Amino acid sequence: MSHDEPLLAIDGLKTHFFTREGTVRAVDGVSLTVPRGKTVCVVGESGCGKSVTARSVLGLVDEPGRIIDGRIAWQPGAGEPVDLTTLDPKGERMRRIRGGEISMVFQEPMASLSPMYTIGDQLIETIRLHLPLGKEEARDRAVEQLRRVGIPRPEERLDAYSFQLSGGMCQRVMIAIALAADPALLIADEPTTALDVTTQARIIDLLRDLQAETGMSVLFITHDLGVVAEIADEVVVMYLGTVVERGGVDEIFHDPKHPYTNALLGSIPRMGAGAGRRLATIRGNVPHPSDRPAGCPFHPRCDAAIGGVCDVSDPPHIVFGEARSVRCVLHDDGAAVGGDFRVDGERA
Amino acid sequence: MLTFIARRCLFMVPTLVAISLVAFAIIQLPPGDYLTTMVSRLESEGQSVDQAMLDGLRERYGLGQPLHEQYLKWISGILLHGDFGQSFEYGTSVAGLIGDRLPLSILLTVTTLLATWIMAFPVGLYSAVRQYSAGDYIATTLGFLGLAIPNFMIALGLMYVMHTVFGYSVGGLFSPEFRDAAWSLAKVGDLMAHLWIPMVVLGTAGTAGLIRILRANLLDEVRKPYVMAARARGVPERRLVLKYPLRVAMNPFVSTVGWVLPALISGEVIVASVLNLPTTGPLLLGALQSQDMYLAGSIILVVSVLTVIGTLLSDILLAWLDPRVRLGYR
Repeated sequence: MSHDEPLLAIDGLKTHFFTREGTVRAVDGVSLTVPRGKTVCVVGESGCGKSVTARSVLGLVDEPGRIIDGRIAWQPGAGEPVDLTTLDPKGERMRRIRGGEISMVFQEPMASLSPMYTIGDQLIETIRLHLPLGKEEARDRAVEQLRRVGIPRPEERLDAYSFQLSGGMCQRVMIAIALAADPALLIADEPTTALDVTTQARIIDLLRDLQAETGMSVLFITHDLGVVAEIADEVVVMYLGTVVERGGVDEIFHDPKHPYTNALLGSIPRMGAGAGRRLATIRGNVPHPSDRPAGCPFHPRCDAAIGGVCDVSDPPHIVFGEARSVRCVLHDDGAAVGGDFRVDGERA
Repeated sequence: MLTFIARRCLFMVPTLVAISLVAFAIIQLPPGDYLTTMVSRLESEGQSVDQAMLDGLRERYGLGQPLHEQYLKWISGILLHGDFGQSFEYGTSVAGLIGDRLPLSILLTVTTLLATWIMAFPVGLYSAVRQYSAGDYIATTLGFLGLAIPNFMIALGLMYVMHTVFGYSVGGLFSPEFRDAAWSLAKVGDLMAHLWIPMVVLGTAGTAGLIRILRANLLDEVRKPYVMAARARGVPERRLVLKYPLRVAMNPFVSTVGWVLPALISGEVIVASVLNLPTTGPLLLGALQSQDMYLAGSIILVVSVLTVIGTLLSDILLAWLDPRVRLGYR
């Protein structure tokens, strides 16, 4: 853990879906890094390519999707990094990485567990796939894992089926399965979206505690900025398959540079503030990735768009520091103009 | 699991009673009773009717008594003595007639079912896992042909080809020299040589249907999140498909076991007639045509009871296969 190389470095990733209606550029040149022991949150509206980015890391993109460009450098130890895009998605090396080195937790915990087998069966299976343990040892480890994620009476729960547990319990089981083989990176793909609010908070707390305990890195995908504020070290804002802004959590929340980040923050409802006023929203919808606008993908919805510039040429990639960058023409020439075009009203 | 089986067995009792009532009603349907039919028949043949014998029969079947007493007499005869009554068409006991043919029917059914599964299972699995491959298209084409061509047509075609090209007799389940012979190894061999033709004929449609069902179910299942989740935790691809989605997709195989029994015993009358099979289907057809009501009613009773038993078996299998059924989750 002494070296400074990031655990995961995605560089220029492009994952496109070749459908009959045309090519959908779901992920179109995403670059981000996950440092060791940190939590990186990927935020954006539905359909902006967050989940596809996450799945690309583990080679889990469904047909007709394909990674067509880019590198995903994975460096768990001191050795040379592995480019995950070059691995055969059905190969043995990738299989060992999945669940062993990089684990994933999904959006719908109930549907992510097979109803035909007990949760113990699925948990023990994962343990034995990645660790050289016998049946008894694996079972003991499974009980220990369930206890670690806060499941009461784990010995009995081992023989329960997913449909006998609540959504929150199922997500705890999924987390136990994900962490069973001590992975270096946990990818959480909207793990709390399908849960009710109190359960959401408990699962977030659990993930934060487990991360502090194990020192693993977390790539957390969400559209909930409240969750981001709570757990993120670094934030990646995505829009239509591209990263529009990257930065530390404080920088993103207190000094957002991209108009889209700004608009996202402006549209968070707040208690007390603006009672009786309409909630600020971002006008329009995310266009379908197959008819992406020319130039900056956000310009049709952007209040600060400059005619003849934003709708013509791709926005420049402006780098402010190692983990801080924005893709917007407003910041060209290094001019620090952040804050001039906030969405008014909602920010106290 | 035991409570589940016990509960299912209890549910069977009223069903069986209802079935026996229906079968009894069918026996009673033709005008007049068994004895009037017999008397008129004997008289038309110019024989005298022995009054003492008539009285004996009347006593035995409780004729002339109220319907519910007749029913009780009939059903207790079946339950206590295995006496299904007399077939006046064949002049022997119904139990003996059914006893001759039922084992062959069951043998044909079970082998056809097994053959159907053995063919449908790998092909359906392949078609789903390699969707839109050449093999999938071939299986799909053959499957639709098998579904669309009526079974008796396949039977006729197969008989014609086997006879003209190979000079091979395909009617029945035995060669003429073995038909009335006692059971021996040679007779079993002869049976096996004949059995495959009805098996192929009766199995084609079922196989084709099951291939399509398995393919569609499996394609639905492999897109479910739990498959992605299992892949994401490093389960090898082959094991993944066989362990997770396939088990769910097997559901229609198991839940249709119960229907196969009656379909093959009574539903394939035409094929059995074309192929001259000594099974219960043609027997039922003949009994209905000649109003041999004890025989017809008894076959219907036996087939219905087999259906209920088959359904019970498939329910138990399904409960074993799918914990959601076993644990009463809907």
